[in-house]
Amino acid sequence: MMRILWSSALLVAAACTPEANRPEHLEIAPDQIQSGYAFLTSETQQLQEDSFENPGYLWVDRGAQIFTAETDGSPACASCHSNGLEGAATNYPKVDPGTGALLNLEGRINQCRVEHQNAEPWPYESDELLSITAYVAEQSKGMAMNIAVDDTNRPYVNQGRDYFLTRRGQFNLSCQQCHTENWGKQLRGDTISQGHGNGFPAYRLEWQSIGSLHRRLRDCDTGVRAEPLPYGDPTYIAVELYLATRARGLEIETPAVRR
Amino acid sequence: MGNKPLFQTTRRQLLTAGGGALLIAASPLKALAAEADLLRARADLFGDRPIREGRVTVTLPPIAENGHSVPLTVSVDSPMTEDDYVKQIAILSPRNPLPLIAQFHLTPLSGKAEVSSRIRMSGTQAIQAVAEMNDGSLWSGSMETVVTLAACVVL
Amino acid sequence: MTGIRLSVPETATRGEVVEIKALIRHPMESGFRRGSRGEVIERDIITRFECDLNGALVFASDFHPAIAANPLITFHMRATESGELTFRWTDQNAEVWSDTASITVA
Repeated sequence: MMRILWSSALLVAAACTPEANRPEHLEIAPDQIQSGYAFLTSETQQLQEDSFENPGYLWVDRGAQIFTAETDGSPACASCHSNGLEGAATNYPKVDPGTGALLNLEGRINQCRVEHQNAEPWPYESDELLSITAYVAEQSKGMAMNIAVDDTNRPYVNQGRDYFLTRRGQFNLSCQQCHTENWGKQLRGDTISQGHGNGFPAYRLEWQSIGSLHRRLRDCDTGVRAEPLPYGDPTYIAVELYLATRARGLEIETPAVRR
Repeated sequence: MGNKPLFQTTRRQLLTAGGGALLIAASPLKALAAEADLLRARADLFGDRPIREGRVTVTLPPIAENGHSVPLTVSVDSPMTEDDYVKQIAILSPRNPLPLIAQFHLTPLSGKAEVSSRIRMSGTQAIQAVAEMNDGSLWSGSMETVVTLAACVVL
Repeated sequence: MTGIRLSVPETATRGEVVEIKALIRHPMESGFRRGSRGEVIERDIITRFECDLNGALVFASDFHPAIAANPLITFHMRATESGELTFRWTDQNAEVWSDTASITVA
């Protein structure tokens, strides 16, 4: 009887210290930060570099058409953004000054559609949203991701980092365990990357299509047998923000080719 | 408790049956079946005409990033003139669900017998190319590529 | 909605062998994949690609399900005359997509 009470007390004590369940936040040394590009075979790297053969450009092409298209009298994106959007993608995700919500590129594009084009937002993974997001991000290709952490976005950065550090799924793995602690090692036939996500929307050979970073995060969660969050979930957007800060100025590679 | 002997027999039977199934799945029988499909596809295309090895170079990456899309180049040593040119190149797989991947039809206007595309490969195998010349002669080449499983298989 | 990308040199000297590339957006659904409920996803593939110069066939290809999605084809042509190259993709239901490019041969 006393032994049962003592064990229960220990258990309760353990559960009441959540920090004990959260591992230490580790970081990749700044001089070791590498894009997912570095973990591809040379043939796939060449495919990404080839601005004709890279299949992601099929969506960028469509995005260029969408950018200049007027629909039902609503202005085209190009009518406001006549100078293009070079550099815009480097600042996202970003806190919307009006609503205080965190917006990624998809969210910002949809907000523009609703507020300035009298149009419905496009759903995630729709051909239109993928195309226009790829087009806008491609305009910043080769430019460093540039997100400063300040008081407005710090709560979101922390939220994203918490998700990154938390074990989940039947495999009980956190993002950190693979992508910070074991990058460069083999997992089946693949070399584990650092998980930066700097080339999205990316053409993934596994999908045989371009896809958003949310689709990739959902695949990651499913990969450890955890329930993936819905597309557009604010937690994923916070993870996107944390990843962008973690990448310490990696260049945008959209449309990247990944396996 | 009285059912114990019966349960033991059933379990042993199940284990044996399961083991047998594993043996068959891993056996060379499946590989032989796919190879036979390739030979049949070749016969459908070229009858029983002799196929000589040579003049055809198949280029694939030694390790495929992902079996869904593997870059392939096939080139045939040929002057590609009106009198001496490659008519057709057939690309074959000894392991895919279907043995015939593609047929490339060239003409003297092609100028050079070199074609590239991206193919699907269901596992490590040697992709074969058979070239048919305008005089009906057949030449072949092949190359093996390793195809591995992705890290986080999303089933 | 189908995107096509063509890579054709604008000019060439007579007799020169040039490289031509054609890329089309298409899922090339093999018919071997299954959906999340185990249902078979029907085959839907492009089966034929043709390229001709001023109506004369330069190169053609028969595609089967093992050609990857968004099929790319790279082939060659001996530059003999100026004119229009027509690229044509036909799928299993006889739907056709095509595009053209000009080449000037000096």
